[in-house]
Amino acid sequence: MPLLDRNGARADGWTRSEGAAIDNIPAAIVPWEFLAEALDRQVPGQSIGVLIPNNLPTAELAPFLPRLALVAIAFPAYSDGRGFSQARQIRRVGFAGELRASGPLIADQFAYALSCGFDTVELPEASAARQPVEQWLRARASFSRTYQRGYGTPERNILDRRRAARTDAAATSAATP
Amino acid sequence: MYRYDEFDEHFVRERVAQFADQVSRRLDGSLTEDEFKPLRLKNGVYLQLHAYMLRIAVPYGTLNSRQLRRLALIGEKYDRGYGHFTTRQNLQFNWPKLRDIPEILGLLADVEMHCIQTSGNCIRNVTADHFAGVAQDEIEDPRPTAELIRQWSSAHPEFSYLPRKFKIAVTGAEADRAVIKAHDIGLRLRRHPDTHETCYEVSVGGGLGRTPMIGKVVRDYLPKKDLLAYLEAIMRVYNLEGRRDNKYKARVKILVHEIGAEEFARRVEAEFAQLDGPSINADPEEVARIAAYFAPPAYETLPAVSNTLEAAKASNPAFARWVEVNTAPHKVPGYTALTISLKPIGQAPGDASSEQMRVVADLAQRYSFDELRVTHAQNLVLPHVRQRDLFAIWQKLGEAGLAEANIGLVTDIIACPGLDYCALATARSIPIAQAIQQRFANEARQREIGPLGIKISGCINACGHHHVGHIGILGLEKRGIESYQITLGGDATENAAIGEILGPGLAAEDVPDAIERIVAVYLAERAEGESFIDNVRRIGLAPFKAAFQETTRAAA
Amino acid sequence: MAAAAKRVPLPAILLANDLLDGDVVFATAGAAGTLVWTRDPAQALVANDDAAADGLEAFAAAGLRGNTVVDAYLVDVAIEGGHPVPRHFRERFKTLGPSNRPDLGKQAGEGIASAPKG
Repeated sequence: MPLLDRNGARADGWTRSEGAAIDNIPAAIVPWEFLAEALDRQVPGQSIGVLIPNNLPTAELAPFLPRLALVAIAFPAYSDGRGFSQARQIRRVGFAGELRASGPLIADQFAYALSCGFDTVELPEASAARQPVEQWLRARASFSRTYQRGYGTPERNILDRRRAARTDAAATSAATP
Repeated sequence: MYRYDEFDEHFVRERVAQFADQVSRRLDGSLTEDEFKPLRLKNGVYLQLHAYMLRIAVPYGTLNSRQLRRLALIGEKYDRGYGHFTTRQNLQFNWPKLRDIPEILGLLADVEMHCIQTSGNCIRNVTADHFAGVAQDEIEDPRPTAELIRQWSSAHPEFSYLPRKFKIAVTGAEADRAVIKAHDIGLRLRRHPDTHETCYEVSVGGGLGRTPMIGKVVRDYLPKKDLLAYLEAIMRVYNLEGRRDNKYKARVKILVHEIGAEEFARRVEAEFAQLDGPSINADPEEVARIAAYFAPPAYETLPAVSNTLEAAKASNPAFARWVEVNTAPHKVPGYTALTISLKPIGQAPGDASSEQMRVVADLAQRYSFDELRVTHAQNLVLPHVRQRDLFAIWQKLGEAGLAEANIGLVTDIIACPGLDYCALATARSIPIAQAIQQRFANEARQREIGPLGIKISGCINACGHHHVGHIGILGLEKRGIESYQITLGGDATENAAIGEILGPGLAAEDVPDAIERIVAVYLAERAEGESFIDNVRRIGLAPFKAAFQETTRAAA
Repeated sequence: MAAAAKRVPLPAILLANDLLDGDVVFATAGAAGTLVWTRDPAQALVANDDAAADGLEAFAAAGLRGNTVVDAYLVDVAIEGGHPVPRHFRERFKTLGPSNRPDLGKQAGEGIASAPKG
């Protein structure tokens, strides 16, 4: 399935496994229900990722995170936004691996997905065929600055920019008696 | 009132460009109608029965004259010369063309307005007390809070694909004029009894629609500085756990109901405890920056009672009645908060022509520090009027057909557009409102009846707030014809209550008779000075049900 | 694929909203057996049998696919004064306009004088 990151189309180094049999796969994504078994079989040098359903409480995933290089969150429909909150919670507990949104997202959600902590979006063929990469990149840049603090960099945050402007103004007025 | 800074301005301009791009991707097939629909809804564009509809945000119901004139212009140039003010303090145009909407959005952006999140499964336009800043019973002005939430909720990366729509209302007064208990989140500014600091009482899980619920308090005293982090915690719990299997069970009220308010509050507090408040909340300087825009205007020092007003009242009884019914006490001596009725007898409730909008804009500029408000009851307010100017205003309003003296009375009916416009409606609302108004048109009789709120919805979604009407009317379809269900005892105030159904549905032509019989019971049974709703509470539904059954029998 | 939704009783007409304008439009006979959209409900082509209804549904699907109309569906009608009139009050309003504003919409002739749109 086509894969995108913030810069556009990207090759996928990961292989999906239907079950826990991942013996010859260097980087395998396994379904949540086979994760424990797959980790038992993990060999040195092998990377393991997991595909979780979007109704999984992230507390149940947390104990596994230190051993995972990728977490893919299933989006059964673009209109189902649970994955955005799961992503936030997974990042909050310190997961630094790849976070992937997997499902029929639309280009207009790209910026939101990146802001919530996703690195990549994995699309079904039909969605990707209708929405070329340029649309995703254009949609990503729809808003140059946004209002919510803690989603993305302070540079792109309006409240943080206002604060910086206040600090600058205070420094200027202090410097000119 | 709030004014955009360069960041707000840029944000809204980018939103306009984004929507124009979304429309072109719809037209070239990149987006299917199913994908485009939520995108257009998040920008207030519906497809209704006869045409598209554009819902323009009036954040917490506050407008200046320039903005209202711009709405008048858009109504004339792109619509049919009128607009409709809604129960969420917004304005709707009924006939715009999709091809014109990007241009309309540009015209709105010129006057610091937008259509952001006036529909869709996201955090909707935040509403507030229409007497904010002027009410005598106010503890603190709710508008700075509402503006902070407006900004925080705009294009929220995490909460734009919620299970269902999400409505927030704020009040800072003792009397609830913002129906906060019928909102997904209701915020009430109040003083902490020990520290005397202003805090928020946070209610969650109110809402009307198919399963009406009154909101439950989940936090008695939330420190003001924690607001955004606490809202984030509520929204995250809802986004993760709200039901998505059934549209009618997807509002947060159902989650709160199913797991209980205590368990919901526990989950919110657990999430809140995980959050780093200082990295999420607006800093105190930002809160102060916003609040400064809502500083009181430069009021004159005036005597508490205007002799000019008293003399005009004495010589003109019609004017005196209008003043008595349509004005509310103001915190500053010599001033009054004037409500302009958009319910002239026989007109569609909440509709205003472009000419009328211009008249009101002129009056706001000349007599009300350039400010006006939209109420959830679909009327307009001039919040800062000198008492001595009332007569001149009344004359101008009279020329424009806007001097109806009926605020809070039986003809001040809330009604959704219903099946005359709305694709979701199951029956018409406007003709029912018109028929009741005609029946009770006599002014003396209206005043004799006193405060009585009738609210009409044309479908179960309850945009007309029928559940919280003293008398509620719900239009449904029954065997191929329009049928109207009557409820009694609802209350939209701080004593919020859901009305109870009186009996079987009625045909449209029998509704005014039914209302007449209900009112007759009240007039016969009321104690000295007892209002309609107090009377219903005291004597119970039984006498009203008995009278209602006579209507059904007479109709059979 | 889900089973096709049950078709409304015949006779029926096809109505939709124009994607760009939002106006209610009706399928009507064009040149040489083709179908085109018109804003005039009186000109709506009445399907009296399944073959004609199939033709209207195929035209609806083409209109949706071609991004010219939205919300296209068949509506059962009675023939009154030689013109099709929807049996359900909701669709009757779509052929007329808001009942409280007889000065607006199709009942006031809006868009109807113009030539059928192809």
